[in-house]
Amino acid sequence: MHVCVSTFACLYYSLSNVSLGVYQPCLPRLHCVCVFVTRLKKKGEMGKLDLIQTLSGHEGRVWNVCWHPQGNTLASCGEDKTIRLWFKEGSKWVNKDILTEGHQRTIREVAWSSCGNYLASASFDATTGIWDKKGGQFDCISSLEGHENEVKSVAWSKSGQLLSTCSRDKSVWIWEVIEDEYECAAVLNAHTQDVKKVVWHPHLDILASASYDNTAKLFKEDVADNDWICIATLSSHTSTVWSLAFDHSGTRLATCSDDCTVKIWQEYLSNNSEGIVTPDNNPVWKCVCTLSGYHTRAIYDISWCHKTHLLATACGDDAIRIFKEAEDSEKHTPTFILLATCANAHTQDVNAVAWNPSVPGLLASASDDGEVKLWQYEDN
Amino acid sequence: MGFDDLENINPKLYRKCNDREVTTEEESDDIYDEFDAREIFDLIRGINDPEHPLTLEELNVVKQNDVCVDNKNNEIKVLFTPTIPHCSMATLIGLSIRVQLLRSLPPRFKICVQIYPGTHASEEAINKQLADKERVAAALENNDLIACINDCIVVD
Repeated sequence: MHVCVSTFACLYYSLSNVSLGVYQPCLPRLHCVCVFVTRLKKKGEMGKLDLIQTLSGHEGRVWNVCWHPQGNTLASCGEDKTIRLWFKEGSKWVNKDILTEGHQRTIREVAWSSCGNYLASASFDATTGIWDKKGGQFDCISSLEGHENEVKSVAWSKSGQLLSTCSRDKSVWIWEVIEDEYECAAVLNAHTQDVKKVVWHPHLDILASASYDNTAKLFKEDVADNDWICIATLSSHTSTVWSLAFDHSGTRLATCSDDCTVKIWQEYLSNNSEGIVTPDNNPVWKCVCTLSGYHTRAIYDISWCHKTHLLATACGDDAIRIFKEAEDSEKHTPTFILLATCANAHTQDVNAVAWNPSVPGLLASASDDGEVKLWQYEDN
Repeated sequence: MGFDDLENINPKLYRKCNDREVTTEEESDDIYDEFDAREIFDLIRGINDPEHPLTLEELNVVKQNDVCVDNKNNEIKVLFTPTIPHCSMATLIGLSIRVQLLRSLPPRFKICVQIYPGTHASEEAINKQLADKERVAAALENNDLIACINDCIVVD
């Protein structure tokens, strides 16, 4: 019994460390109340998601999907500790490769490098795998160790020279990539609870993270002393922030949460014409829109298409929803409209959504039901 | 574990309810039975307390009235009441209930296990942990912990 109690204590942080009263799980819906104006939809403000293909093969829950930057390969991963690679042959997507023997436990996330030559995998076994295809097939060439427990997310910077990982150990790590060697450049302990997701800015070396502590944070390197620092904390969600996504420009960020809302944040640089104060001349990120009343359970993932500007959400209510900024939207008080809801997109929670980077409207989703699905969004 | 280590040395005991009386409608294969609260209660009332050689029912930690079943929306909610407000086993008990239901019920159900409001000092923190499916999934890959949960769930 004593063994198991101590095991448990290290799995679940001692309760004294958990700040109480920040969130109210018994009354989550009350926080979701917010003004959203219902108006008649105009032409082009409705659409539908058509199922293209169901990709079966994983055993158990599929946690994540990631498109190759050229859009011609999809990687998926999950509870069965494998990574599956799906290629298009003719009109069908087929499972050509199954990568095994990289991890001892669940693979939580996979990420392609922007050059497309490398794949990274984050696992509950506390390691991050790096895979490349130099030998003709994908092999795990490195296993990055350092996190104390489950690695939940991994992301490559646009330049490919930086990799980031995050874990239940509350830390975010930045790794420098130098000729297939990975060196830890920083360990960021800004979050007070486990960190769920890391995402890089689409053009700059700015990192965004989402956490169980209900916040998202932004980090960049301080050129003066080569130190990575937190430059912004985005507080407004009332429960775990599960995921986040930058828009094409990198000036907006969408976050999704256990509080059943999506929030859109906008960057205000120093000396902005709107007169928003920017302490230390760091950009300030303001919540300019909250999408509430649409999702009925935790929202596990969000993807912002850099081609079509469509937002897709993956929800614990088994649905996929598509949003877009309205054409008559104001820059500083934007309006986003729901274009489509695909109820029962899967038979269980939807864990991940990803827009294809080259084919407009092509979406991949992953679910607890063990399936990956491909969808095509069409305007009505 | 010696008596000195027990948090609650002398818990109050409650009477077990009688076995469910099976009706002829329920025995008929031609009639579709929805899940009901008693059925869910029967799945969890025999779970052993991690500290005492007693079941959650005998300690009044779970009660049929605190089980809510919504067949239409595929939702099942179970509230449990720790025997004392500082019970360090509360998360383990909640996890055992959750695991038992996950293993027993069809996957279409969304299962919510929470502490009965006002009965534990760390109610919000524990509820948040139990609701986080990623943490639960990771915990269930821990062999020591799953062995501990299996000890609670096993019915003698």
